[in-house]
Amino acid sequence: MLRVHSIETFGTHEGPGIRLVVFMQGCNFYCLYCHNPDTRPLKGGTEMSSEEIIELLKKQKPYFKDKGGLTISGGESLLQREELLDLFKKAKKAGFHTALDTNGSILDSDAKKLLEATDLVLLDVKHIDPVWHQKVTSASNAPVLQFAKYLEENNIPMWLRYVLVPGYTDQKEFLHKWGTHFTQYKNIERVELLPFHTYGFYKYKELGIENPLEDCPIPTKKQVQEVVDIFKKYFKEVYVR
Amino acid sequence: MKKAFQKGEWEKVIDIRDFLYHNLTPYDNGPQFLKGPSKKTQELWKICKGLLKKEFEAGGVLDIDTKTISTVTSHKPGYIKKNLEIIVGLQTDEPLKRAIKPYGGIRMVEQACEDYGKKLDMQVKELFTKYLKSHNEAIFDAYTEEIRKYRSSGVITGLPDNYARGRIIGDYRRVALYGIDRLIEEKKKDHSRKTGPMTDILIREREEIGEEIHALEMIKEMAASYGFDISKPAASSKEAIQWTYFGYLAALKEQDGAAMSLGSVSGFFDIYIEKDIAERLLTEDEAQELIDQFIIKLRLVRQLRMKEYDQIYAGDPTWLTESLAGMFIDGRHKVTKTSYRFLQSLYNLGAAPEPNITVLWSEKLPQKFKEFCAKVSIDTSSIQYENDDLMREIADFDDYGISCCVSQQKNGSQMQYFGARANLAKVLLLAINQGKDENAAVTLVPGINPQPESVLNFDKVMKEYKKTLSYVAKVYVNTMNIIHCMHDKYYFERAQMALLDTDLDRLMAFGIAGLSVVADSLSAIKYAKATAIRDGDGITRDFVIEGDFPKYGNDDDRVDSIAKELVDSFNKELNKHRIYRGATPTLSILTITSNVMYGKKTGATPDGRKKGEPFAPGANPMHGRDTHGAIASLNSVAKLNYLNALDGISNTFSIVPRALGATNNEQIENLVALLDGYFHNKAQHLNVNVLNKETLLKAMEHPEEYPSLVIRVSGYAVNFVKLSREHQQEVLARTFFESM
Repeated sequence: MLRVHSIETFGTHEGPGIRLVVFMQGCNFYCLYCHNPDTRPLKGGTEMSSEEIIELLKKQKPYFKDKGGLTISGGESLLQREELLDLFKKAKKAGFHTALDTNGSILDSDAKKLLEATDLVLLDVKHIDPVWHQKVTSASNAPVLQFAKYLEENNIPMWLRYVLVPGYTDQKEFLHKWGTHFTQYKNIERVELLPFHTYGFYKYKELGIENPLEDCPIPTKKQVQEVVDIFKKYFKEVYVR
Repeated sequence: MKKAFQKGEWEKVIDIRDFLYHNLTPYDNGPQFLKGPSKKTQELWKICKGLLKKEFEAGGVLDIDTKTISTVTSHKPGYIKKNLEIIVGLQTDEPLKRAIKPYGGIRMVEQACEDYGKKLDMQVKELFTKYLKSHNEAIFDAYTEEIRKYRSSGVITGLPDNYARGRIIGDYRRVALYGIDRLIEEKKKDHSRKTGPMTDILIREREEIGEEIHALEMIKEMAASYGFDISKPAASSKEAIQWTYFGYLAALKEQDGAAMSLGSVSGFFDIYIEKDIAERLLTEDEAQELIDQFIIKLRLVRQLRMKEYDQIYAGDPTWLTESLAGMFIDGRHKVTKTSYRFLQSLYNLGAAPEPNITVLWSEKLPQKFKEFCAKVSIDTSSIQYENDDLMREIADFDDYGISCCVSQQKNGSQMQYFGARANLAKVLLLAINQGKDENAAVTLVPGINPQPESVLNFDKVMKEYKKTLSYVAKVYVNTMNIIHCMHDKYYFERAQMALLDTDLDRLMAFGIAGLSVVADSLSAIKYAKATAIRDGDGITRDFVIEGDFPKYGNDDDRVDSIAKELVDSFNKELNKHRIYRGATPTLSILTITSNVMYGKKTGATPDGRKKGEPFAPGANPMHGRDTHGAIASLNSVAKLNYLNALDGISNTFSIVPRALGATNNEQIENLVALLDGYFHNKAQHLNVNVLNKETLLKAMEHPEEYPSLVIRVSGYAVNFVKLSREHQQEVLARTFFESM
């Protein structure tokens, strides 16, 4: 059984076309700017079987046309990789496009099996500098970069994502480094820049937990454009979410 | 090069559909040919915008002609600025000056004048109080005590018993294709055919045809006052549009129905425009100018209403609905360059709610047209969509218009008797309260058993609810029969009926409000524990709900089936009764903006809705209860069976542009996919609101009016009004920064 935090039937920002997005319960990162802090706890959520999710996909099929499909997001999807493999196999068999939105922190044999049934990975590389990555996510970026490398080697299509947080992820030299690191990757279909936002702030209040970025400003239009311009030096397709 | 129309049956008999069938040129390409507004159009529209501003500043009404009873020929020609107008004709002698139409009801007209600081002319008042009878008076002579009680309690509301019923769509194109003389000739033939024993039915028919012939003469006279002889068919595209408009204008001068739709004229106009362009008589700039100028006229249409009317239909709407595109039964699509030109007017003149542009959507429409529609929706929020594949198949007919918002009407051969709606949430409370109105404790339905336990039992409630619905349907039919008999008698739409077949297929359009409230209430009773809190008289004051229950709008069959069955069974009840003039009863799930007013008149309901709180509009799920995203919500609505709600199932979809996708292309692509998917599932109607910055600003000032406004970013959604002011401002900044 999958532990699901919530379902979004009209996902338009998590892969191509209209998507059924299943947000998984539980996360192994602790991102300062997290907008879904309620998905962090490993316990809780609603139990759902693969079959139930396939049923939801079938109900949504007329909206997918030749693009849409299923996206697993989180929380961190890979924490439930074993159960997801069953789901993705069944989804592929039924003819649905599968996408995995992940932080790329786990690459064991189960994760590799899951990737075999994955059509597209939305990979969030939150910082290129190990020290800053640790600071922003409380985790190392070494496994993440390894994960990205694995995707490249196995030619698994990937949308590379980056959250822009003023004061945390906007250092020019690191943005260039990020671009340099990935520019030769052949499996990158697009790069998506996600400007930091405050829509999740009220959740911190509801959960009664401290919001570490309470006073962090959102990036200005100019700041966003500057980062887009940097990324455009390295990648053909750059989008802002 | 001279190009003749393709011949066909249309020459022998009045048959516009046949003319379209043989002459329409489907257009497969994109919008690249479109032109901006002409200089004349720009100057004219500038003057109009000035007038519209003045009207707004004057409190909504610029001027009223309080003396002249409006008829087709009552007013001398009116112009905005004659040398700039390509298409002419106004309802009165001046733009935005409203006319009085006291045949609907003199008190309404008097009150409306007073509401806007005017006084109704004494002679008109005397005429209608001493010598003439209005539709409104006649109805109240015939209403029973019971109907009056239903009306004042709000079980049945919004009835067209003090103004015109509207909804009828004259086939205004007939004026252009045939000319008035031919139409008179045909009506005279019908008149001479209607002989035999003089029963009241036959006498009425003969009198009506007589009225129609008279109206046709008047239309000709009105056109002549503008310098046009419309006795013969239109000979150019400009004439075709002008002749058609004169037909429509005649209707607008005589009637003040809530919705007076245009039908589907764009394809018809296109035939003339393409012919003129082929003959080099017209350029693309001039073609667009004709359409823009026609649209300007439609945007200035006004009816005189009481302020109170705003509670049912807010914002001074006129529902000049024009239906575009769709498919022929033979599989050809009906997208023309003029479909594009109509949409282009929203750029040339700016976004506007009127005319109410309706796209008849088919999965088989050209992709380029679909994408253009989506683009226009995103840019202007000014179009609505209806499922042509569904309606064409069921009606087995491909030349129809949408009346008001969602009601299909075959052009020329069908009419409908409009009938507002019954408040099904109130009916549920009647069932729980032994047939008593929860606000007035008056018994409205006899023989309803009490609910013995305070915790409501689903089977017991359903048993009484079914009885109550059955009784209410009976009263509702009686009410409608009276209204429409009197409307035919005292406020007959002679100008519109003159442009329809004499022997008509009649529909009677019933409606329901509060569908989602009732579905969720019954679901709460069935799946949770709903306890009724009653006052000293045993009337429910509130409900306590313990436990969770499935809510309509989440693609959950447990509750969606309740909503579906409710529609099916109420429609079945209506069909049990004898309907005035042999009309077929149809049913809509549509509230326009009256969902707020219905809510005000309804006590607390077992779904947790408090007394006075608004309903969701139309067939929409209740605000904030659809928690699984838009597709789940759309799928719930799509389960309602259109065959049992043939007057239409209205659904309103509101979204900010970025929630449709990150880039403009993605947004367009996703909106097209959404429409294809929704209509593939046999849903009927979708209003698409892609909310702009102004709307969000308004939502900040009046959050109570925007409870279901959702903003969406990657992986996340939130109710706009739930955010603090600072956050809202941030959303504004974020939502509207340019996509890259």
